[in-house]
Amino acid sequence: MSKSYKENQPISAKNFMDEFRRYQKGSVSRRHFLGITGLGTAMAVLGTAVPGLATRDAHAFGDVGNKMILSTWPNYHNPVNIEEFTKTTGVNIQVNAFGSNEEMLAKLQAGGAGWDVFVPTNYTLSTYVELGLIQELDLSRIPNYDPNTQNPTFAGPATINGKVYAIPKNWGTTGFVLNTDKIKSGPKSWKDFFDVTMGAGSGHTIVHDYQLTTIGAALCALGFSFNSVDQGELAQAEKLLIASKPHLFAITSDYQPGMRSGDAWMSICWTGDGKQLHTDMPEMSYVVASDGGELWSDFYAVPTDAPHLDAAYAFLNYMQDPYIQARDFESHGYPTSDSRVDAMLPADIVNDPILYPAKELMSGLEFGAAKTLTDPGRAEVIARFKSA
Amino acid sequence: MTGSKKGLWLTTALLAPTTLWFLVMLILPLVVVVIFSFGDRAPTGGYAAAFTFDQYANLASRLKAFTNTLTYAPLGTLMTLLVAYPLAYYLAVKVDERWKLLLLVLVIVPFWTSLLIRTYAWIFILGGRGIPSLLAMIGFEDVRLINTSGAVLVGMIYGYLPLMVFPIFVSLEKLDKRLLEASSDLGGSPFRTFIQVTLPLSMPGMVTGCMLVFILLMGEFLIPAFLGGGKIFFIGNALVDLFLQSRNWPFGSALAVTLVIIMLVMVTLYMRLTTGSKTERDQSVM
Repeated sequence: MSKSYKENQPISAKNFMDEFRRYQKGSVSRRHFLGITGLGTAMAVLGTAVPGLATRDAHAFGDVGNKMILSTWPNYHNPVNIEEFTKTTGVNIQVNAFGSNEEMLAKLQAGGAGWDVFVPTNYTLSTYVELGLIQELDLSRIPNYDPNTQNPTFAGPATINGKVYAIPKNWGTTGFVLNTDKIKSGPKSWKDFFDVTMGAGSGHTIVHDYQLTTIGAALCALGFSFNSVDQGELAQAEKLLIASKPHLFAITSDYQPGMRSGDAWMSICWTGDGKQLHTDMPEMSYVVASDGGELWSDFYAVPTDAPHLDAAYAFLNYMQDPYIQARDFESHGYPTSDSRVDAMLPADIVNDPILYPAKELMSGLEFGAAKTLTDPGRAEVIARFKSA
Repeated sequence: MTGSKKGLWLTTALLAPTTLWFLVMLILPLVVVVIFSFGDRAPTGGYAAAFTFDQYANLASRLKAFTNTLTYAPLGTLMTLLVAYPLAYYLAVKVDERWKLLLLVLVIVPFWTSLLIRTYAWIFILGGRGIPSLLAMIGFEDVRLINTSGAVLVGMIYGYLPLMVFPIFVSLEKLDKRLLEASSDLGGSPFRTFIQVTLPLSMPGMVTGCMLVFILLMGEFLIPAFLGGGKIFFIGNALVDLFLQSRNWPFGSALAVTLVIIMLVMVTLYMRLTTGSKTERDQSVM
């Protein structure tokens, strides 16, 4: 009796993820995975309704060429998804990883980058549109994208002058990570962050090689806006940064190796990296600062001169599939803004305080602003700080 | 008459591809950089046409990058020389013929891997779980190696050692052994023979090696960024920042032009000092 009752229950989120892990590790076959999770049936049913999902073989997407270039961030895609896309479409993806939005903009501005899809952050989109570097998207070619299931807070920046130029990838916060075995004082704010850096934690702090977050953190510590371009406020931030420089372990956006080796005790940090560090080393604690910080969302966008447009659209559509998005989230730890994906996730992920910070902390965060990207004053401050 | 005309045509035809290559790949980019260096930064970054000396006037804001580069590049070259010379001497003079080739290959093998990966390896060797953890075992706690000037110098020596070893090896290998015997017959001690015979004869190799390493170190940006933790800032780092982060192409161009001029002056002076006479220059291996 109870057996048949269980059998008719849809799989729980927890079991789904357990099964998914087993499949990922290769412990179980794809057939077993699709069967036990019900995805096989779901796909068969969906297949009749959505032609794009019908059969995941080379012909399902039509002939979309055999290559494309994706420019993105490090550790930001599940390799399984990339491989599966190549297998089903015949499109080989060349992946370029970048460390800052400025670098991506510099490459596109120089021209001839040859990219088909790239991953810019919310605050850069209006600049790309203004410079004519990205193209309006034809949403009819991305049927998996559903604007109604998107959280408008994160998806909003993609619509400029009524036109959609990008579709959401993931979102997160910029806070800091600390090794609680080494730093016992429990810093809560950016002000604490710099106090500890110049005090008990001297020689063990990392700040990013990235003007937005490093200057932003210093500005917040002084009680100013994360996005400030006010000359007087920037001068004070510069003073704070230069005063803290002798106490820093490093200025780098690649902060995981230093944190993992124990050389660094504290670093400016993004959600997913905080999650990855905490998972592997429980003493690592991720803090959303009480005096502000950044809230951000990343997007997929297509450059104006993308040479493999068909492949680009096939990729965008594939990546919007909620199941594929969940698989991506699982591997890198950055949440999506799509409610269809949240519905597929187990409770312990949805309730994770690193990934989904408390409302009162979130309300203090700011989205980066377009002027922050292009302001020459901020560019000079970070350059002077680094060469000081 | 027709013969020489034909010869002229042939010469022109043979030289044309090279000339074109140099024009398009070397001269043209340099001209572009010089033109950019007199321009303005466009509001969203990049280049805006102008004729101004503002960029050159702003050079002082990167003074620390210049002093860092001009300290570490000569120091790194000197230390690479000090490490490379005994190695080259051993390979050229002391080692058994049977092992020579194998040892030479071993010097080259690391060059088959990218400098980026080799430098990354040093991050782990010098980092907290590397050498410092070994030192902690024998009682030296909390030794910091990574992200120090010492780490940058180690990275430089490691990265450019083969470029120094080979020129010195070549000049030592063709050293005429009879000169050493003559010196010893005339009562010269081994030390004196080394100072007065071997060292001067290996001079061309040292000069070439130092030049190769020095020029590359002047443009270095990866090693200070990785092993200096981004806190030791070279002109190379300033250039990467200006082109890839702040997108200030005109200022970056001005910095690049200045670096090229400094290097031309230093290399010319260096050549004057080290290879005074023509005969010595003729012995140069490169």
